[in-house]
Amino acid sequence: MDSVRSDSGPAARANGAARTKLPTAIKILIAGGFGAGKTTMVGSVSETRPLRTEETLTDRGVGVDDLSGVEEKKTTTVAMDFGRISIGDAHVLYLFGTPGQERFWFVWDELALGAMGAVVIADTRRLADCFPSVDYFERRGTPFVVAVNCFEGARRYDLDEIRMALDLGPAIPVVLCDARQRESSKNVLVALVQHAMQTRSTKEPIAG
Amino acid sequence: MTHLSDDPSEEQWIDDEAGRIVRPYVMTRGRTEPSRGRIDLITLVVTLNPATPVDPGLGPEHHTIVRLCERPLSVAEIAAHLDLPAGTVRVMLGDLVDRGLIAIQEPARETDVLDLETYKAVLNGLRTL
Ligand SMILES: Nc1nc2c(ncn2[C@@H]2O[C@H](COP(=O)(O)OP(=O)(O)OP(=O)(O)O)[C@@H](O)[C@H]2O)c(=O)[nH]1
Ligand SMILES: [Mg+2]
Repeated sequence: MDSVRSDSGPAARANGAARTKLPTAIKILIAGGFGAGKTTMVGSVSETRPLRTEETLTDRGVGVDDLSGVEEKKTTTVAMDFGRISIGDAHVLYLFGTPGQERFWFVWDELALGAMGAVVIADTRRLADCFPSVDYFERRGTPFVVAVNCFEGARRYDLDEIRMALDLGPAIPVVLCDARQRESSKNVLVALVQHAMQTRSTKEPIAG
Repeated sequence: MTHLSDDPSEEQWIDDEAGRIVRPYVMTRGRTEPSRGRIDLITLVVTLNPATPVDPGLGPEHHTIVRLCERPLSVAEIAAHLDLPAGTVRVMLGDLVDRGLIAIQEPARETDVLDLETYKAVLNGLRTL
């Protein structure tokens, strides 16, 4: 491990006695309805099989601080799939499949914090299932693309129909995919990162 | 069981029989918050001192973390390797940071803007996968 002088950027700041250069960890979320192909996409493009982690969450620490004293701790355990893609020595991309149920919005808030962007997988058999994900990222301002996962036997939509059905703005990329194919999933991620980069540069004057 | 490394010695600390509620609690002596600030799932951890001293405050899981993180790993990966909830791992990481055995990367804050070079590097990396 290279030791370096202190350096700028959040990734370079490590605590401890030695200054150790760590890669920059980047998070991308893979969202969509039940059975839409989230885990499949994480697996097809990651360097290992999907791993699984559990978050035990209490109501505290979720969004708004409630300092009213009485701590009624409801705990929920949520399992998440994730995968890793190492990009050179300097970057590590983590893909997180979002837990599907809407009662886990608070987990999404934690996952979305600091994420580079999100892929919303639309399952053409049940297009409406991805509405809540689209709404969520729109409201939150997280850059996202819609990946239309084409299941055999499902009705074929053209991309404009999907755009209309999901009421997507013209800036949101919509791409066809087969989540089982590495190349295809990779193309989805490329589309997302390009989109996120553009979104970022239009925001730049404010970010300073 | 999640994917542990192929090294079977790493599995010996995981005791499925003991159950998932009791053991993590015991390992962290009942603490549910790390002694440091918030640690994100993608917070990276790296070992500073692989020769972990004998310390009654450190259990076998702590030692496993020190061994795993000789190569930087995220909190999520450590949790998956140990088959423990991420919250339990966070507490143990706090113990290790306090002893100067590991370094952790500060989690990105919402206001942190990734720089353009990062996007470009990720794009190029993905394209050449
Ligand atoms: N035909 C086809 N089948 C797919 C595709 N992607 C996923 N599948 C299959 O659809 C099923 C569900 O995929 P998963 O990846 O488990 O979906 P998920 O979104 O993770 O599901 P939950 O986590 O249960 O919400 C699996 O049997 C996959 O093999 C695809 O692009 N085409
Ligand atoms: Mg899944």
